[in-house]
Amino acid sequence: MVIERSVVDHVARLARLDLSEEERARMGAELSQILAHADRIQALDLDGVEPTSHAVPVVNALRQDEVKPSLEQEESLAGAPAVEAERFRVPRIIEEP
Amino acid sequence: MSGRASTPSQEAPLQWRTATELARGLEARELSARDITAAIIEQSNAVEPVVRAYLKSTHERALESAVAADERWSRDTTLSSHDGVPLAYKDIFVTRGVATTCGSRILESWIPPYDATVVSRCEGAGLTSLGKLNLDEFAMGSSTENSAFGPSRNPWNTDCVPGGSSGGAAALVAAGGVPWAWGTDTGGSVRQPASLCGIVGVKPTYGRVSRYGLIAFASSLDQAGPMARSVEDAAALLQMAAGHDPMDATSIPREVPDYLEGIDEGISGMRIGIVKEFEGGGTQPGVRSKVEDAYRRLEKLGASLEEISLPSFEHGISAYYLIAPAEASSNLARYDGVRYGYRQADAADIVAMSSRTRAEGFGDEVKRRVMLGTYALSAGYYEAYYGKAQKVRTLIIEDLERAYSSVDLIVSPTSPTTAFKLGERTSNPLEMYLSDIFTVPVNLAGNAAISVPCGLSLDDGLPVGLQLIAPALDEKTMFRAAYAFEKDLGWAGTAESRPPL
Repeated sequence: MVIERSVVDHVARLARLDLSEEERARMGAELSQILAHADRIQALDLDGVEPTSHAVPVVNALRQDEVKPSLEQEESLAGAPAVEAERFRVPRIIEEP
Repeated sequence: MSGRASTPSQEAPLQWRTATELARGLEARELSARDITAAIIEQSNAVEPVVRAYLKSTHERALESAVAADERWSRDTTLSSHDGVPLAYKDIFVTRGVATTCGSRILESWIPPYDATVVSRCEGAGLTSLGKLNLDEFAMGSSTENSAFGPSRNPWNTDCVPGGSSGGAAALVAAGGVPWAWGTDTGGSVRQPASLCGIVGVKPTYGRVSRYGLIAFASSLDQAGPMARSVEDAAALLQMAAGHDPMDATSIPREVPDYLEGIDEGISGMRIGIVKEFEGGGTQPGVRSKVEDAYRRLEKLGASLEEISLPSFEHGISAYYLIAPAEASSNLARYDGVRYGYRQADAADIVAMSSRTRAEGFGDEVKRRVMLGTYALSAGYYEAYYGKAQKVRTLIIEDLERAYSSVDLIVSPTSPTTAFKLGERTSNPLEMYLSDIFTVPVNLAGNAAISVPCGLSLDDGLPVGLQLIAPALDEKTMFRAAYAFEKDLGWAGTAESRPPL
C-alpha cells in the first residue's frame, strides 16, 4: 500500500513533527515500504487469538502509600529551557478573547 | 580445551583481564583499584580516537572513586567482591549530575537529577563509572550510525559498524577499554553488537532488571543487559542489578538465584532446540559455518540437539516494527520542549513550538519510527496494525511454550551477518530492520537470551556470535550452557580474542 501525502501530513500533525517538504516526500515512500512488509500479518487468521501487551505480566503491582522525599522544585526546573516564577515557561496557550 | 597456545589471562595486562580476575587480585591484595583504573583508562584513551565509544568520560571521578575503594580494601569495609572495578554505561542510563543524551540532540544539554536503579545498585557495590557510551539515538538502530554525535567503530575493522544500538559499549569492552558495561536490549541491542564485536551480551528476562531511570524506547520490550568479555563476568554483573524494584511496576517480585553457583556444571543431558524456520534466512556462509561448529560442540559436550518448529517467528519482524514504534511514539511524546532538553524558541504558540522543537531535535530514524508508530495507533489503523501485531506476539509466546516442553534452550546465530561497513545499510531502513530477525522474537516473548562468541568468520575474519535463548527467569541454565561452550571453545581471554588495533 502507498501512504498518501495527506495521510503523512495528518500523522505528522498528530506526532507534533514539523517536517520539511523533502522529509514528507521521503517519509511517505519509506513508510509505504515498511508497512508493505508489515502487511504480511494482515493475511493471518487471528480470530480468537488474545492480544499480548506485556509478555511477563505482573498484576497488582502496588506499594505502600507512604510520603517520601521527592525532587526539590529547583532540581525539577533545572533542566527546563525556560523558567519563570518557579514554573515552566511556555508560549501562550489560550488566545486573548 | 583447544591445544592452541594461549596467554593465561591471570598474567594478561590489567586492561585485558576480566572483572572477576581483577576482583580476585583486589581480594588477594595483589592489585589496587587505582592501578587497575589507571591502566584501563590508559587503554580507553589509546583506543578512543579509533573506536569513538564515548559520549562523556568521567575518568577523573573514576580515579577518585578507585582511591576510595582502595581505602575500603585496606580497612576491610568493602561494598562488594568487585569494589573498585571500573565499568561504563550506555548513555541511556540516567546518571545524577552527569550529562545523559541518549544519542539525541534533543537531550544534548540535559543533566539528570537522579540515578537509574541499575546505576545506584552498581555504585552501591563500589563499581566506578568510566563514562557514558555511544548508541543509536534513543536506542533506535543496529549500527550506532543513528547517533546524533557520530558513529562508533568496530575494533576488529574500523571501516565496519560495531552493531547497535549498544555499539559504543560493545566496541569499548572488545577493545579492552573497560572490562564490562551495561547496555539495553529492545530488539537485539545488546546481543547484536556483542556478536559483531566478539564479546558476551545478555538480554535478561523482561522485568528481571529494573527499568527505572532507563530512558524509555518501547516499554514492553526494553530490558537492561550486561556486556562483558566472559560469561562469568556477564553473570556477575547481572547479579548486581537484578531483582525487584518498587520504582518499576513491571519488575518481577521474585528472588534472584545465584547465577554463578553451578555455572561450571556442564550441559550433559541438556536438550537444545534448533529453529527450523531460521535455516537459511539470509545467513552468511561464514556465520553459518561457525554456528554449525558450535552446535556440534554443544553435542560433544553432552547436549542433545533437536530441530524444533516455531512457525510464528517469521512474523516477528513485522510485529516488532509495529509494536516498538507504537510504544516509542507514545514514550517520545514527552520531548515537547517544556520540561527538559532542547527548545526551538521562535514559535509563537505551543503546538508550533513543540512541533519545531521535535523536528529539529530528533534525527531521521527517530522521526521515521515516531511517524510509523503514530500511524499504527491512529484511528482506523489501530486494529489492523497494532492490534494484529499484539496477537502475533501471543502466537510467538505460544510457539515458545510448546518448544520448551521438549527442549531446555534454543540456539541460533545472533545475527545473520558479521559486522557490515559503515553506510552500507543506511539508505534502506527495512534492510537494517531485517538484520534483527533472530533477536526480536525473544523480546516479544520476554524470554532471556545471551550472545556468546564463536570465534572469527573464515570469510572476513570478523566475530560471530551464538545466541542461546532460555525460558523466562531461567538465566541460570542459559549461563551454564554459555559457560560450558565458552570454556570448551577456549577463545575468550586469549590473545586471539583481542582485536588487532
